[in-house]
Amino acid sequence: MTLGMINAHPVVHAKKERVARSEDLHSDDALDALDVFDILPPVASSICFLLDLSTELLEFDSVRDIKDPEHPYSLEQLSVLSEESIAVDEKLGRIKITFTPTVKHCSMATVIGLCLRVKLIQSFPPHFKVDINVSPGSLADEEAVNKLLNDKERVCAALENPSLRQLVDECLYSNELYSL
Amino acid sequence: MELLDGELELREIQKLEGHTDRVWSLAWNPTGTGVAGMLASCSGDKTVRIWQKGPSGSWDCSAVLEDTHTRTVRSCAWSPSGKLLATASFDGTTAIWERVGGEFECVATLEGHENEVKSVSWNASGSLLATCARDKTVWIWEAQPGNEFECVSVLQGHTQDVKMVQWHPFLDVLVSVGYDNSVKVWTEDGDDDWHCVQTLGEAGSGHTSTVWALSFNSAGDRMVTCSDDLTLKIWDTSQNPSETSGDGSGSWSHLCTLSGYHDRTIFSVHWSRDGLIASGAADDAIRLFTESKDRMVDQPSYKMLVKREKAHDMDVNSVQWNLKEPKLLASASDDGTIKIWELSEVSKVDNFVQSHHLLIGFCQPQVVNSIGLCTLAPLFMSSSRDVKESELLDSKVPIEVFDT
Repeated sequence: MTLGMINAHPVVHAKKERVARSEDLHSDDALDALDVFDILPPVASSICFLLDLSTELLEFDSVRDIKDPEHPYSLEQLSVLSEESIAVDEKLGRIKITFTPTVKHCSMATVIGLCLRVKLIQSFPPHFKVDINVSPGSLADEEAVNKLLNDKERVCAALENPSLRQLVDECLYSNELYSL
Repeated sequence: MELLDGELELREIQKLEGHTDRVWSLAWNPTGTGVAGMLASCSGDKTVRIWQKGPSGSWDCSAVLEDTHTRTVRSCAWSPSGKLLATASFDGTTAIWERVGGEFECVATLEGHENEVKSVSWNASGSLLATCARDKTVWIWEAQPGNEFECVSVLQGHTQDVKMVQWHPFLDVLVSVGYDNSVKVWTEDGDDDWHCVQTLGEAGSGHTSTVWALSFNSAGDRMVTCSDDLTLKIWDTSQNPSETSGDGSGSWSHLCTLSGYHDRTIFSVHWSRDGLIASGAADDAIRLFTESKDRMVDQPSYKMLVKREKAHDMDVNSVQWNLKEPKLLASASDDGTIKIWELSEVSKVDNFVQSHHLLIGFCQPQVVNSIGLCTLAPLFMSSSRDVKESELLDSKVPIEVFDT
């Protein structure tokens, strides 16, 4: 009925970060979160995160996405989510999610935020309004990332980019078969 | 305009369905056909739909412009003659469609932007077209014979994604707004030399987040902008635009800020011929504002006239006043629908009857309006809405009956 704060207990499986990948993306000082949507990332074997969100609100199917770490086809990860908080107000139809990327790499934060947004759109009725932010202090240019993640037009345009869409889909459905 | 006395409301006339994805933008044909004209809508489903009022009085989709854009169509604009429709798309192109009778044919494709085109606008004479994109530029195109368009200038200056461009109602002055929170005014120095003569929002009275849209009043001496910062701002130019030396440049100043109305991003704003400002936002609401005639205040000020909450089930992306019938408003939403609204007085009778719910046992009514005088039986009936005869006979409608 009213706001319920949910502590997520993510199950994350860190794997060795491939240096080559981060070079593809940006050098740290030239980081422009806004350019990430121009990137055509290599096909999805590069990124995955495992997210396990549990919810106390029984009306909704849990935003639960458990991946089996033993799965032979699990994907490599670049980024690890350490904790998220989700606030859902059913009455107003609003969701506020805050996440903390442990890698202070803002282009990763934007991709993760995008994955979260897609996941939430798929999990909740269409009239729900979703606000996604990185937790304060977790990134140097968090304002830029937050602005981008909450610009509906930019998000729509990004998701029309086939490579980015594929990346997001594979992050969310990484239990799909993915051969080496 | 004579403001209607009494309480006003936006009455839903019709809901237009057909698009299979969110509807981003609307444009009323300035000339159109018939009494109220023609409406174009563009959508994430990659199509543009044309809607017209049919003989039955209801709005129907008369054409679907498809198989041209390969991504979301974000914005559309009619030329002043009403014969051409420009459509801007995330596929990076702007298509020009020519209307021949009821059919539309794509006669030109403008390429050049590096990425998603967000907005397109024709100048007052139809000789120039402006487009803007996420590539931070504004392009000015000149219309040439044979539906040829030549890019005459690429305007740099915005530091981020440009969300909308709009020409002044009668001067060749262009205004652009965007993700960098700014409002820029562009004019030409003669011979295709366009430059930014003013940037609004740098001094502290500007918007503090993305500016999504702008609209001029019909006199061209005021404009309203709306933003992700949840405010609407009204800007005023002291220069009389009709002076020969006046070119609308450099003299825009902040007049007032309307805040505390919408609680989510305001995506669209449109100033009607009659002076009403309509706004549509991500809180699913439409609000109307007008200049306040309060004589106590020195400064011109604006107040909210009407609010329509839950105008749609999802975000309202566009609101557009009909150019010929100033009380008719169209709105477009993420829910994939378009609604036609009429600004009207709240009927006093409606207020009265809503508290009465009785069923009549018998009657053979002939007259069925809100205050129905039954011509065959001496009964006075009232109902909260127009009632069909068949419904009365079914006794499904709550109606109050009085013996006269």
